Amino acid sequence: MSELLHAEGIVKRFGSFTALKGVTFRLRAGEIHALMGENGAGKSTLIKVLTGVHEADGGTVTVAGRGIRAASPREAEAAGISTVYQEVNLLPNLSVAENILMGRQPMRGPFIRHGEVRRRARAALARLGLEVDVGALLGTFPVAVQQMTAIARALDQEARVLILDEPTSSLDARESEELFAVMRRLRDEGMGIVFVSHFLDQIYAVSDRITVLRDGSLVGTWEAAGLPRLELVSHMIGKEVTAGGGDGGVVSGGGAEAFRVEGLERKGTVGPLTFSVMAGEATGLAGLLGSGRTETARMLFGIDAATGGRVVAGGETVDLGSPRAAMAAGLAFCSEDRKVEGIIPSLSVRENIVLAMQASRGVLRRVPRAEQEALAAKFIAALNIRTRGPETPIGTLSGGNQQKCLLARWMAMQPRLLILDEPTRGIDVGAKAEIEALCGELRRAGMSILFISAELEEVVRNCSRVVVLRDRRQAAVLDGPAISLRTIMETVAAS
Amino acid sequence: MKVLRSTLVWPLVALVVLLVFNAVASPGFFHVEWKDGRLFGTVVDIFNQGARVPMLLALGMTLVIATGGVDLSVGSIMAVSGAVAAMQVNAGAPMVQAVGAGLGLATLLGLVNGVLIARVGLQPIIATLVMMVAGRGLAMLLTGSQMVPFANRSLTWLANGSVGGLPVPVVLVLGLAVVTGWVLRRTAAGLFIEATGDNEKASRLAGIQTGGVRLAVYGFSGFCAGLSGVLEAANISAADPARIGDTRELDAIFAVVAGGTALTGGRFSLAGSVVGALLLQTLTLTLYNQNVAPAVAPVPKAVVILAVCLLHSPRLRARFGKRTQPVAA
Amino acid sequence: MNRIFASRLLPLMATGLVLVALFAAAGAGYENFLSARVVLNLFKDRAFLGVVAVGMTFVILSGGIDLSVGAVMAFTTVFLAKVIGGLGWSAPVAMLAAVGIGVGFGMFQGWVIHFFRIPAFLVTLAGMFLARGMAFVVSPRSVEIRSAFYDDLGERGLPLGEGLLLTVGPLMYLVVVAAGMVVAHGTRFGRNVYALGGNEASAALMGLPVGATRVGVYGVCGGCAALGGVISTLALSSGDPTRGTGLELDAIAAAVIGGTVLTGGRGWVFGTFLGVLILGTIKTILDFDGSLDPAWLRIASGGLLLGFILLQKLIARQSVS
Repeated sequence: MSELLHAEGIVKRFGSFTALKGVTFRLRAGEIHALMGENGAGKSTLIKVLTGVHEADGGTVTVAGRGIRAASPREAEAAGISTVYQEVNLLPNLSVAENILMGRQPMRGPFIRHGEVRRRARAALARLGLEVDVGALLGTFPVAVQQMTAIARALDQEARVLILDEPTSSLDARESEELFAVMRRLRDEGMGIVFVSHFLDQIYAVSDRITVLRDGSLVGTWEAAGLPRLELVSHMIGKEVTAGGGDGGVVSGGGAEAFRVEGLERKGTVGPLTFSVMAGEATGLAGLLGSGRTETARMLFGIDAATGGRVVAGGETVDLGSPRAAMAAGLAFCSEDRKVEGIIPSLSVRENIVLAMQASRGVLRRVPRAEQEALAAKFIAALNIRTRGPETPIGTLSGGNQQKCLLARWMAMQPRLLILDEPTRGIDVGAKAEIEALCGELRRAGMSILFISAELEEVVRNCSRVVVLRDRRQAAVLDGPAISLRTIMETVAAS
Repeated sequence: MKVLRSTLVWPLVALVVLLVFNAVASPGFFHVEWKDGRLFGTVVDIFNQGARVPMLLALGMTLVIATGGVDLSVGSIMAVSGAVAAMQVNAGAPMVQAVGAGLGLATLLGLVNGVLIARVGLQPIIATLVMMVAGRGLAMLLTGSQMVPFANRSLTWLANGSVGGLPVPVVLVLGLAVVTGWVLRRTAAGLFIEATGDNEKASRLAGIQTGGVRLAVYGFSGFCAGLSGVLEAANISAADPARIGDTRELDAIFAVVAGGTALTGGRFSLAGSVVGALLLQTLTLTLYNQNVAPAVAPVPKAVVILAVCLLHSPRLRARFGKRTQPVAA
Repeated sequence: MNRIFASRLLPLMATGLVLVALFAAAGAGYENFLSARVVLNLFKDRAFLGVVAVGMTFVILSGGIDLSVGAVMAFTTVFLAKVIGGLGWSAPVAMLAAVGIGVGFGMFQGWVIHFFRIPAFLVTLAGMFLARGMAFVVSPRSVEIRSAFYDDLGERGLPLGEGLLLTVGPLMYLVVVAAGMVVAHGTRFGRNVYALGGNEASAALMGLPVGATRVGVYGVCGGCAALGGVISTLALSSGDPTRGTGLELDAIAAAVIGGTVLTGGRGWVFGTFLGVLILGTIKTILDFDGSLDPAWLRIASGGLLLGFILLQKLIARQSVS
């Protein structure tokens, strides 16, 4: 089979951070090629380089043997590379036909030939086996049709490479099947398709080959048929299946049940989930990216409302109507998205630390300045936060130190259950160890922790109980001795 | 060079430059004399006129802008409260009741802005634009589009009297500024406002009721505008529903932006806004002294606002990136 | 399908309904209201607002706002008075120059908004004071325009029978509305304006010329504002630096009442046409009825503006769920 797209030694830096460290990727004509990797692996950066959103700092891209240097999405499209993003990047306020032809409308003088626009749109959709009213607004159609519209747009500009970035994340099973049918049809017509998805079942259902990235480097490319699931998972998370790590988790402290989650779910997002959280223990939430870990945390903290089930503490249903309600019930939540949902960048370290405590006390009962300073000083020392002082804006600190400030914010509340979503992501090794040690101390002090991490070893090291999620559903709850890298990976990879 | 990084420095420098220019260009500029138990002089006038409108409006506008919003309705709210106060005293109400009615209605209109923004979810420009149109209409309707003259000593005293030799508005407004600053720092209100403006999502997740914060700042802005309207009416012993507060929203935005509070929200400086208001008033007076027609005066004001915003613009900062503090990822 | 169609045109139908109801009520309440002459006068009286509102519609469709239109119009009127009366330019040349200045000024504002990423309301608020101030620099007070061309133009127009004449001003207005509809729906620029207002990031990813569209759209609006000024001098034969105060609000109100969504991307030039007629009808009613306070005009436009914004919100919320 002929090689369609060849990216060689692609390097991309953002400031001092290198997102792609010389990645090589080859796509053949007439194949569906899955691109896999956990968070921070470099998948989306690679896609953005290929589609001209980012300019590479090194390496070459050739399409059908011709070198291209796409500096804009337009040039990439001209070279035959089209992309359908997860959040469909089309215009809901325009008609389906216009979305397909936007920027390339057939003209008569200065005027658009609307009839021809609709005819070509219908033709492109017909190739996908879809028949809709192309004059209706795109926004009135379900996401599945919007995605088909995006693909039709690619077809109309005679794309040879089609990149589908998590196209199935908001589709139901039947819609996904229809999408796969279209993908197979286009493949058979000779198109090269790059497919990004977090669902292993889907990957194996349609892919011919699989490329795995990790930490900005290429791990390898395999024929899908010759790569067992367990091996794929181990490539993605970078751990040998056969390696040790079967320490059986942290021995249970024998604490009483602090919270019981009973059939909690949010329709179309995650669940139902049922598990218990013990006092003085860390409960892990494990699963691949997109398995519903963060969604579970957001539901527990009242950010996204649950549509079913409940959380019980001391025999009573806990009100999870809003973050404030969750806080009042003794919950605390450290978001994985530190920048958007965590820090208040221009406020000082001190102010960031006291924020949640102050919010729960109300506007009138201000935490006295002396107490604020004492708190800040205490946590800066205890958590070893490296900052010029408590009055430094938190935005100028490193990621790890910002994370410690946010931990301090919630520790100051002395919650009964602390939800930590990826507390160690994007921070250096030393700070990671410190944060893990801190979790141990909090556990011993009687606090419950819900520990979410993509690093399975961390989960194994810190937790006495692990809830494994697969495809947004609870796959298993592992207890004490049953916790090991191998058991978690096997549960994740099971079909 | 910590001093140079303080937001107060640049408006102060600009103010000093303007003052020096005036001292040279118009002799007697700094002449202040004591007559009939109060101070007179150009500088006193700057403080007096600066306090009555720009400074007062800027107090409310600072907090609104700190939450990432803007209030375009302050000029119209001024007209409403001025009209209400004037009509009340003409109906025989005592001064306190008249002023109270004006302030009450103004605060209510501010709260309506807040509800439209925080609860209904309208963009601040739009909600306050609607209030700008409707508020002016309300003022006209109340007064039958006629000037409402009044003869009430105690109301006139509010704008033209003096306390300890200083004009009442100066004492009143500086007092309000100090009290506001004190309350904001004594309670957690200042922290909540800054947090809401800097990162609303994170603030909500930390348990702050950001909707309530927004509601309150628009209410306060309405209150300040109301007081300003009453003082404007008291100054000439008449409420002119068409003219009071007309285009004054720009003055308020000028004072806040020149005072170092960014339009994007977050950290604010009440002291900066006070200095910004004095800067504005001095600029207005300087233009007047240089025989620039009052109607043309908005031109240089507009230029200064645009210039300050350009300096804040990320694009320009990126170009001269070396000099600004990097915000680490 | 029917339902989708209905919800898409719902705001426009609501606008039409309000207009009809207003007219019917006024016709029932006042003698001689329902006459060709009243309608014609309405068009004559509101032609300048109508042209400005078409430009505003484009800016709002692109997701922006332009507060400088009233001031640009005022500047145009005194500019015309000055160059025709004082400098002796020929009137058509002066008009072209005025519209050119309006386009250039608008494009400059668009460039500042796009390039420096400064909020549109602020740039155009500054632009409003700039243009208003410049108007006062040109002439601090109202100036009469004495020109044979103006006198001549005043008598021309489209005879409608019964001695009624559709003069040049309202004729220009109708032409601008028609041209606006064609540009908005039939050209790439027009569709790009909708795209920009719908989702700027998506428009950029689709390879559409985002910057040029934004600069262009403010140019169109500035040009329309200047043309509004030209029409206003035709009607009043004078230039006045205070003219058009608050016009930006009427123009925004007309667009929003006509179904254009303030966040951009949805709306119709024809809707704005209806919106202008509604505002004009309210004004005519107030003129007819001497007993009503003219302040009601402002309150009614504010109330209508809010009402239609809330209606849009409601529709948006329903189409999400």
